[in-house]
Amino acid sequence: MIRIAEYELRNGDYSNATMISNRYLAPRNKQIPIRKIPNPKPNRFGHRGLLSRIYLEFGVWNLGFLTCLLSILLLIPLSVGCQRSKAGITVAGSTSVEPFAELLAEEYMSKHPESHIYVQGGGSTAGIEAAITGAANIGMSSRNLTDAEKKLYAVTIAKDAIAVIVHPTSPIDNLPLDEIREVFSGKTANWKELGGPNHPIDIVTREEGSGTRESFQKFVMGKEDISLGALVQDSNGAVRQVISNDPNAIGYISLGLVNEQVKALRISTVEPNLNNVYNGKYTLVRPFLFVFSGEPAGEAKSFLEFVLSPQAQKLLLKEGLVPVLKKLGEE
Amino acid sequence: MQLQEKIIGKILLLIALSSIFILSLITFFIFEEGIPLILKIGPKAFLLGQKWIPSKGLFGIFPMIVSSFWVTIGALLLGIPLGLACTIFLSELIPPSIATLFRPAIQLLAAIPSVIYGFWGLIVLVPLIRNYLGGPGLSILAGSLVLSFMILPTIITISEDALKTLPPSYKAGALALGATHWQTIWRVLIPAARSGIVASVILGMGRAIGETMAMIMILGNAVKMPTSFLESARTLTTNIGIEMGYASGSHRQALFATGIVLFFIIMTLNTLAIFLSKRRAH
Repeated sequence: MIRIAEYELRNGDYSNATMISNRYLAPRNKQIPIRKIPNPKPNRFGHRGLLSRIYLEFGVWNLGFLTCLLSILLLIPLSVGCQRSKAGITVAGSTSVEPFAELLAEEYMSKHPESHIYVQGGGSTAGIEAAITGAANIGMSSRNLTDAEKKLYAVTIAKDAIAVIVHPTSPIDNLPLDEIREVFSGKTANWKELGGPNHPIDIVTREEGSGTRESFQKFVMGKEDISLGALVQDSNGAVRQVISNDPNAIGYISLGLVNEQVKALRISTVEPNLNNVYNGKYTLVRPFLFVFSGEPAGEAKSFLEFVLSPQAQKLLLKEGLVPVLKKLGEE
Repeated sequence: MQLQEKIIGKILLLIALSSIFILSLITFFIFEEGIPLILKIGPKAFLLGQKWIPSKGLFGIFPMIVSSFWVTIGALLLGIPLGLACTIFLSELIPPSIATLFRPAIQLLAAIPSVIYGFWGLIVLVPLIRNYLGGPGLSILAGSLVLSFMILPTIITISEDALKTLPPSYKAGALALGATHWQTIWRVLIPAARSGIVASVILGMGRAIGETMAMIMILGNAVKMPTSFLESARTLTTNIGIEMGYASGSHRQALFATGIVLFFIIMTLNTLAIFLSKRRAH
């Protein structure tokens, strides 16, 4: 600010000097750091060039000017990005359905290279809301629709069993349903009471509102609450990660996501596998839904048709889900 | 020239206002979404309620407020001595040429994404704590340890600035009076830079309370009153982070209301830090 005034004085332009000095000069009791003033010789742009003027005269401000330019530059790729996402369809929702939807989308895109399917997580409720608001063409849900959501167009694309899992080294293989309830409600707190080692049980559960938790609550807990001391993880993968590291943990995840890092318990001696899901012996089963705000059309319809085709259902079966085409399951 | 000056001035004013506008917009929406729920269930039931069971309409965040402070205080207990020692070492004990090698390394700590800290804590610290100290491993101790590393850069850079801006006469005077180097540091320089150091600690505290991603990964997120550092806990931020995906209706409002509480805590801390660093300037 001092610089502007002095520059003008040096160039013999006194017209603004008084005004500037009045407006900009700091009060006397404040110290102002003395800086060396650059010599305002004409640079290679000459005195008259706009940029050089801005540089010389608004030297302090050119950071702000750059910010203007930068923000404009930033807007360009952003708007391009928005246009790109319009070209395809968006599938969003349950983190339980997400990995399978990704797989299906990849398969679909390899057949239809011209189309783009964007799969996002966020949770069942977020997915259903996204379908209502139109933020996503398809919402994924891993729980049944509530009464308020019943007006939506929902298609069951597969069913999923919930497995109760422990660390692979755990001596426990089988638990009756009511003992699982006791464990998760915190009434049974030590593995010793179930015939295991003398060690407190680390319960791992999903967060409030999760589709998996809601189903588990409905099928296993009934009216009981899951212990407030339970560890809470916000995805199937995180639950599996924690349990694979903790020899004293117990939790529940999608059967399709059980791998060699964890051990799925038999529930009242019923092995959690596809056969037992089909013949109705294994009861911890929930639907995976695709939710549309109305009758599916266009790209969304063709993706749904693909998902329900025998080929895609076979893929889901291979990944551990229970296909909706009954024939496939019986093969 | 006057015209250009005015135009550029206006453009900058617009940009500056937009940032304030965005801030007020965010504040407005947090309050608009959160206040109705607080009023519905009553501020007392919300702030001092012991149980958080959204599916049953119980929204008590007291355990989370307490946990937030446990985790933060744990982080400060570990972070302040480490940060202060590092500051003294950097500004007083090693030659400036070597300090310039250390400084970028410390600033790099601030550049590591918090998810990396969380992942490292989950893979390295959590099993160590479970095997050697007991408990589920996902615990306040693990969270505090990771947070103490995360607030180091804040504490070190700001308190080093505070030490640097002291008049050189303080040090010269103390040495001239026969104080040893260590006496000068401990009795003269640190007390003189006290308000700056306290400001750095408060800013670090703000960072610690606001940290979310790493805490989701290593705290275990159980909603209960903490009784020991080896237990799992849920802070205010992780409550929002972990439940927002599935929340709807009054559950979502409750998360916004959690945000309001967080808002007030952070505001208080930042005001305190600004106040203290102003006092230092005079």
